[in-house]
Amino acid sequence: MDLSFVILIEMLYAVATLVLISAGLAVVFGMMKVINLAHGEFMMLGGYATITATSLGVNVFVAMLVIAPLIVGLIGLVVERLVIRHLYGRLVDTMLATWGLSLFFIGAATMIFGNTTTGISTPIPGFAVGAYQINGYNFFIILVAIALVLALLAVLKGSRAGLIARGAMQRSDMAAALGYSPDRIYMATFFCGSALSGLAGAVLAPLVGLVPTSGGAYIAKSFITVIAGGPALIAGLISSATSFGIVSQIFTFAVSPVMGEVALLVAAVILLRLMPQGITSRFFKGKL
Amino acid sequence: MHRSAKQETLTTLTVAAGLIWLMPMLIGTYTLTVLVIYGMLGLSLGLIWGFGGILCFGQAAFFGLGAYTYAIAAINIGESTLPMLLAVLVPAGFALLLGAMMFYGRLTDVYLGVITLVVTLILFKFINSTAAPHYKIGSARLGGFNGIPGFQTLNVPGDPDAYIWGDAYFYLCALTLVLVYLLVSWLLRSSFGRVALGIRENETRMSLMGYDVAARKTVLFAIGGGIAGLAGALFANWGEIVTPGLFSLGQSAEIIIWCIVGGLGTRFGPVLGAAGLAYMKFLLGQQSLVDNTLITGLILVLFVLFLPKGLLPALTQLWRASIGRSRFGRKPQNRRMRRSNHG
Repeated sequence: MDLSFVILIEMLYAVATLVLISAGLAVVFGMMKVINLAHGEFMMLGGYATITATSLGVNVFVAMLVIAPLIVGLIGLVVERLVIRHLYGRLVDTMLATWGLSLFFIGAATMIFGNTTTGISTPIPGFAVGAYQINGYNFFIILVAIALVLALLAVLKGSRAGLIARGAMQRSDMAAALGYSPDRIYMATFFCGSALSGLAGAVLAPLVGLVPTSGGAYIAKSFITVIAGGPALIAGLISSATSFGIVSQIFTFAVSPVMGEVALLVAAVILLRLMPQGITSRFFKGKL
Repeated sequence: MHRSAKQETLTTLTVAAGLIWLMPMLIGTYTLTVLVIYGMLGLSLGLIWGFGGILCFGQAAFFGLGAYTYAIAAINIGESTLPMLLAVLVPAGFALLLGAMMFYGRLTDVYLGVITLVVTLILFKFINSTAAPHYKIGSARLGGFNGIPGFQTLNVPGDPDAYIWGDAYFYLCALTLVLVYLLVSWLLRSSFGRVALGIRENETRMSLMGYDVAARKTVLFAIGGGIAGLAGALFANWGEIVTPGLFSLGQSAEIIIWCIVGGLGTRFGPVLGAAGLAYMKFLLGQQSLVDNTLITGLILVLFVLFLPKGLLPALTQLWRASIGRSRFGRKPQNRRMRRSNHG
C-alpha cells in the first residue's frame, strides 16, 4: 500500500518534471516553430540565478519564481534580437545557431562561476510514508507543473494577448494587416519561452548539483518530449510527458534508473516511428 | 567527363602528397594524426549531409561504435586486421538498420535529428552504465565510464608484434584519408552519387522518376556510418583507449560545426573545417583566458548568421570574383540550392 503510494507520487513527479523542463521549449517550438537548443543552458542559467540570488539574501521562493524567470527571460530577449530573429523560417539553421549559443553559454558560465558543482538545499523537508521516505519538494514540483499548465491555458485561450499571439503565429501577414507587429509578438513569445525555461531551471536547482554543463541533461529529454508531442502545444506537452514519464518510471522501478532513462529514449524512437509528426498529429487534433 | 575525373584525381593526389610532405614540418605528427582522423570524421558527415541532405545529429554514434568495436575485437582476437574490418562493418550495418527504420518511415529533418540524437544518447547512457564486471563481450570488459584501455593497437597484418605507431601511423592515417576521399569522389561521380544529389534537391521529384528514395538514402547513410566507424577505429588506435565520451553530444556537435564552417556540399570543406577547428581548439586549450567552448559556440553562431555556406565555398567565390570572371554567374543558383537543401 505504502509502496504503491510512493510509486504513484514518483510517477506524478516524473511527469511533472518532464512538463516543467519542456514547457519553455514547447512554447517556443509550438508557437514559433523555432527549436531552441540553448534551452538546457537557459535552465542552467535559471539555476545559477537562483543560487546567486539566495546567496545575496533573497528568499528562496522569490528567487526561484520571480528573479530567475525574469533574468533568463531578459537573456532570451537579447538572444532573440541578436540571433534568432534573423533566422525565422529556417528551422535547421536556428537549431544550429542555438546549439552554438548553448556552447557559448556553457563557456560563459564556466568562466564566471567556475567548473565546480554548486547547489542549494531543498527548502521543504521530506516526510515518511510507512517505511519509505518521500522528498517533500517533489510535491512542490508537481504543484508548479500543474500551475504552469493552467497558466498557459489561461493565457493562450483566455486572454487577448494569447489570442493575438496565436493569430500571429498562424498568419503573421493577417495579424500585421490588423495592426499588430509580428516582430514584437515573436519577441514577446520568445521572452515568455525563455522565462519558462529559467523557471524550470530554478525550480529544479535544489534537486541537482549545478555545473555549467548541466543543461545538457535536460535538452535531449525536453527536445524529445516536445517533438513527440506534435503540433498541439498543451495537449502535446501533456500527452507526451505523461507517456514518457510513466514508461521511464516503470523501468526505473522494475530494473534500474539507467534503464528508466534508456526506456524513455527507446519509447521516443518507437513513438516517432509510428507517429512521425508526433502524438497530437493523430490524437487530440486541432486542440491547443 | 572521364578526362576531368582523371584530372581531378591527379590534382587531389598532388595536393595530398604536398600536404603530407609539408605538414609534419609545421605540426608534430602526433597532433597531425588526430587532425587527419577528425578530417575523415568530418568527411563522413559532409557526405551524407552535404550531398545526401541527411542532417545526422548522431554521427558520433558511428564514430564511437567504430572505436568500441575495434577495441573489443582487438582484445578478443589479439591481432588488428579483422578488428579494423569489423570497425567499418559494424557501424555501417548499424547505420543501415537505423537508416532503414528512419527512411522507410519517411522521417525528415527535425524528426530525423531527434532520432539520431536519441540513439547517440542511448549508446552513451548504456556504455556509461557498464562498469560492473559482468558487462563483457568475450574477454573484453566494457568498463563503463572508464572506457577500455590496453587493447592491441594496429599492427602489420599477420604479425601481431610489428606495431604501427608514431610517424608511420600518421602516414598510414593520411593515406587512408586520401583513399577515402578518392572513394567519396568516385561515389559522387557515379550514377548513385548523382541520384543522391537529386534526392537532396527534390525528393518527391526523384521518387516520381522511379528511384527508390528510401533505399538510396539508407545506403548513403550506411556508407557515411562506415567511414565514421573507420575514423573511430583509427582514433582508438591513436588514443589507445576508448571512452563513452566518444558518443557524447558534444562530439556530435563538433562534427556538425566542422561541416558548417568548412562548407557543406563540398568534399574538402568538412575535412578542412575538422582539421582547422580541431587544431584551433588544441591551440586554445593551451591558454586559460577564454573558455574553449565559448569560442566554439561563438564560431558556430557567427557562421550560421554570416557565412552559412561555409569557408570553402566563400573563398572559392571570393577567388573567382577577384579574378573578375563574373561570367560564371553562380550566385543565384547557389543560393537556391542551399535553400532547398534545408527545406
